[in-house]
Amino acid sequence: MAKVEFLGPINRKSIHVDIQNLAQLKEIFKGDSELQGWLSICAVAVNDTLVCALDTPIKSDDKISLLPPVCGG
Amino acid sequence: MLEIHEGSLHAEEILSRWYVQVKDKNYGAFIPFVGIVRDEDGIDGLSFDIYEPILKSWFEAWQEKAKTQNAMLLMAHSRGDVLNHTSSYISAVVSPQRKVALKMINDFVEDFKASAPIWKYDIIDGKRVYAQKRSMELAGSGLLKDDA
Repeated sequence: MAKVEFLGPINRKSIHVDIQNLAQLKEIFKGDSELQGWLSICAVAVNDTLVCALDTPIKSDDKISLLPPVCGG
Repeated sequence: MLEIHEGSLHAEEILSRWYVQVKDKNYGAFIPFVGIVRDEDGIDGLSFDIYEPILKSWFEAWQEKAKTQNAMLLMAHSRGDVLNHTSSYISAVVSPQRKVALKMINDFVEDFKASAPIWKYDIIDGKRVYAQKRSMELAGSGLLKDDA
C-alpha cells in the first residue's frame, strides 16, 4: 500500500492507502473535515517530486507527501 | 554544498570555513547572505522543520544552474530552535564575476523563500506556533481539497 505522510505543522501520523491515483486519495479525504483546511493549502509530492494532476498514477510502494506553505530562513 | 545544523548556526565558523574553502579557487567574488532572527512580536526565537529529500533536489538543481555560469552555491540552515539574535540561515555565491554573484544571491534567496520545503514556527512562551501568515504555498497547492 502507498504511504501518505503529513509534513511540517500538520502533525499527523503517516497512513497507508490502497489507491491507483491521487483522485482516489482525494475521495478518501473527503469526509475528513479537520484535514480539509490543510488540503486547501497543501502541495502534493509523489516520491519527492511535486505533482499537479489528480490522474497521477500511484503504485503500492510509492510515497505521497503533503506539504503545507513554506517559509525558510 | 548544503549543510543542515541542529539549532542556531555558528555563523563565524561557517563563514570562516567557507572562505578558506573557496579563497584559492580563483573565484574572485564571495558574496554571503546571513539571516539573523529578530526580536519582534514577543517571540523568543524561531523553530524550523525541514523535509530533506526535496530540499536536496531543489538545491542540486540550483547548483547545476550556478555551474552553467561558472559559479557555486553554499547554504546552511538550522533545524529546531533558533533564539533571537542568532543565525538560522546562511547562503553564499562564489563566482569569477561580481555581477553574476550579486544577481544570483538575490534570485537564489527569493526562490529559497518560495520553494524550499522548510516550515517556520514562532517560539512564544516555549511553544511552537506555525508562522502560516508568513508562509508561501508551493506549486499545485490545493490539489486534494474537496471542491464539492
